[in-house]
Amino acid sequence: MDLVPKLHKVHLIARHAEATLWLARYMERIENLARILDVTNTFARDADDTRNWLSIPRINGDLSEFYKKHTEATQRSVGEFYLLDVDNPTSVQSFITAARENARTLRALLSTEMWLQINVFHGKIRELNTEKVTPDYFTAVCGMLKDGTQAHTGITEGTLYRDQAWHFYMIGRYLERADQTTRLLDTRFHALAPQSAAVDADIDAGQWNALLRAAAGYHAYRREHPSGYNATEVACFLLANTAFPRSVGLNLAQIEWHLTTLRSRYFLRMTAALERLDQLNGMMTYQNVTELSGRKLSPFLDYVQREIGCLHQDIVETFEA
Amino acid sequence: MPAGGATQTQVQSLLQPHLQPHGTMQGYDPGSFFCEMLRPGQPQHPTLTLLMSRLAALPIASLRQRATEAERDLLERGITFTVYSDATAIDRILPFDLIPRVITPTEWNQIETGVIQRVRALNMFLYDIYHERQILADKIVPEALVLQNSGYCQAMVGFNVPFNTYVHVCGTDIVRDETGAFRVLEDNARTPSGVAYVVENRHMSLRVMSDLMTSLRVRGVDEYGLRLHNAMAEIAPLGVEDPQVVVLSPGIFNSAYFEHVFLAREMGVPLVEGRDLTVESGKVWMRTTSGLAQVHTIYRRIGDNFLDPDAFNPESTLGVRGLIEAWRRGAVAIANAVGTGVADDKAIYAYMPRIIRYYLSEEAILPNVDTRICAEPDALAYTLDNLADLVIKPVAESGGYGLIIGPHASKAELEDFRALLKADPSNYISQPTLQLSVSPTLCDDGVRPRHIDLRPFAVTGKDTWVLPGGLTRVALRAGTLVVNSSQGGGSKDTWVLP
Repeated sequence: MDLVPKLHKVHLIARHAEATLWLARYMERIENLARILDVTNTFARDADDTRNWLSIPRINGDLSEFYKKHTEATQRSVGEFYLLDVDNPTSVQSFITAARENARTLRALLSTEMWLQINVFHGKIRELNTEKVTPDYFTAVCGMLKDGTQAHTGITEGTLYRDQAWHFYMIGRYLERADQTTRLLDTRFHALAPQSAAVDADIDAGQWNALLRAAAGYHAYRREHPSGYNATEVACFLLANTAFPRSVGLNLAQIEWHLTTLRSRYFLRMTAALERLDQLNGMMTYQNVTELSGRKLSPFLDYVQREIGCLHQDIVETFEA
Repeated sequence: MPAGGATQTQVQSLLQPHLQPHGTMQGYDPGSFFCEMLRPGQPQHPTLTLLMSRLAALPIASLRQRATEAERDLLERGITFTVYSDATAIDRILPFDLIPRVITPTEWNQIETGVIQRVRALNMFLYDIYHERQILADKIVPEALVLQNSGYCQAMVGFNVPFNTYVHVCGTDIVRDETGAFRVLEDNARTPSGVAYVVENRHMSLRVMSDLMTSLRVRGVDEYGLRLHNAMAEIAPLGVEDPQVVVLSPGIFNSAYFEHVFLAREMGVPLVEGRDLTVESGKVWMRTTSGLAQVHTIYRRIGDNFLDPDAFNPESTLGVRGLIEAWRRGAVAIANAVGTGVADDKAIYAYMPRIIRYYLSEEAILPNVDTRICAEPDALAYTLDNLADLVIKPVAESGGYGLIIGPHASKAELEDFRALLKADPSNYISQPTLQLSVSPTLCDDGVRPRHIDLRPFAVTGKDTWVLPGGLTRVALRAGTLVVNSSQGGGSKDTWVLP
């Protein structure tokens, strides 16, 4: 049975569909950033402090921007760059401002609770100051950011009417998750992947740990692979395991479902996006990832990232046609 | 003679709580102003008596706690307007005073019928000046005042709108003088704002003042969206079964954006900007995810000049190219109609009682404030002679800017203004300073009298419907008469009793 009444056609303004995608992406980015900052803070207590903190600008492709403002990567400088810097387009400040602006555009479509929570969350983030990037507060701030985004996710799940706008919202969230996981794996894999069998045993378990925790997959991975870490298995887990909420494979599959629904229920032409997705989905298998793991993984991750970007473009261009 | 010698009325008045400020209301003294709650010289209304005793019994600390909650709530909900200063945009709430303004059924009857009468006259006037111009030929209103008015729109000449309705949404600013008589201060016939606050204030009352409201059966305000949508559907081009209505906003940075959201949400229609609309094959379309979809009625919250770069300001990017042409061809309805600004001009306002008499052969149910048109030599002379006692307003401004309140102005300010007035008399009207009515308001030093006004909202498609109540604005600073939100005013919930 079709649950959407046919009596009155409810249109979605194309610009609103795009704003919905972006709202979801920005909120998801805040959660990802908070996760990475938090994990780095936890695992960066060894001597190699700078290298760990530097991984964050690296993962975000911000190295040159970061070095324009800071000489050294530390908790303080990276914290300021990502938590406080309103001029840095990849800071939580910029993300929440952009998220709220999109939410404002969509305000007539969002549930009142969604808007209220984003508005209050925005206020909390805008209040952050230099004191909050000191060790006394750092973890609490990351916790506040995660709480805020997860509350957003929960309120959205419970209150957003599931018409076209919801589908676009979900697509935005999954695009961002897929993208972030690819980035996370890419940067860490450089440092962690065994260059030869000899160093295999020396892999720092703590680093794998941090990687999986940043993706919220540590315990699940432990359950699936109790024996220890293995680069190929970690890559498979993050890319192809469709039970893991942040795996690229799962997120692409979810996007496919939403696109298919938009096509069948709302008659949107999603041909280009679905074709691209079909091809990409086919690559996210254990077999394929196992074959690629090692030196070929990095170019593959670059390719996936580009394709995710194109996917977003395909969807948006559908409206412009 | 009944036992004990007391008449029935005397017994009743003994049983009723005495209508004197007590408890939290202690020290409340409206002086010579007409107080909306105490109503000197008017018959007691039992509900007001009850309300007063409920209010008096609320500890001041409780009121303050609720006021704090309400303020936080408004800010969090983003029930805000945006103020621009030095290129920064700040979200401000319209301060909410939690003590309601109450309107009795008798008063409401006068306001409602008065507003309906006024809207009828405004629409008939607009029809006339864009068609036969009979009222000008009969010299009721000076021709130049209309035809040379900046609000007069040539594109409207000879053009017919459904039901001859031009002013689909009208906000009539009404005050009460020291005798308690209602008087119209101005008509807002272009894109009056504030209705969102009427509804949000009610929701706020229900959240924080429900104990005050218990069992009073205050008239509801929730049907505004439905009524507005019905009117918008009525004016849609003929033969369209399920017309597509949209709200057209200048965008998220507009100071009244929250209200645009409210209207779209309450009507259940898309909130669009000019860039979401396009005119093709003579019809108006919106850009949706599944391509172009036809639009039948536009409730626009953009000024005439920005609506269509082809017809008006060519620099405007807020509007839709070709919209006016499509409208003239009957492909779409626009509310309010273009060219209504001429009717709510402060100069035309002075003629409203005569306009009502001319078209309806009725006296105005809601009288004007006595107004002098400084373009007329006698009026100018009188105004110059009595500058210190009058309020002088520029006819083209809105938002409380550029006016001068004689009794509150310094000698130097008055002399400066005298020069302005002499230089361009036709730009000004003058009115006696009104002793605006007051309403008990929570202030730093307790519950104190503060001046208020009222803006009821009338929705007109085929017929006119008036939202019970309206926006009560309150001048929060002691002594000030200016209630505009841009000038530090707040608002109150408005309760119309059944």
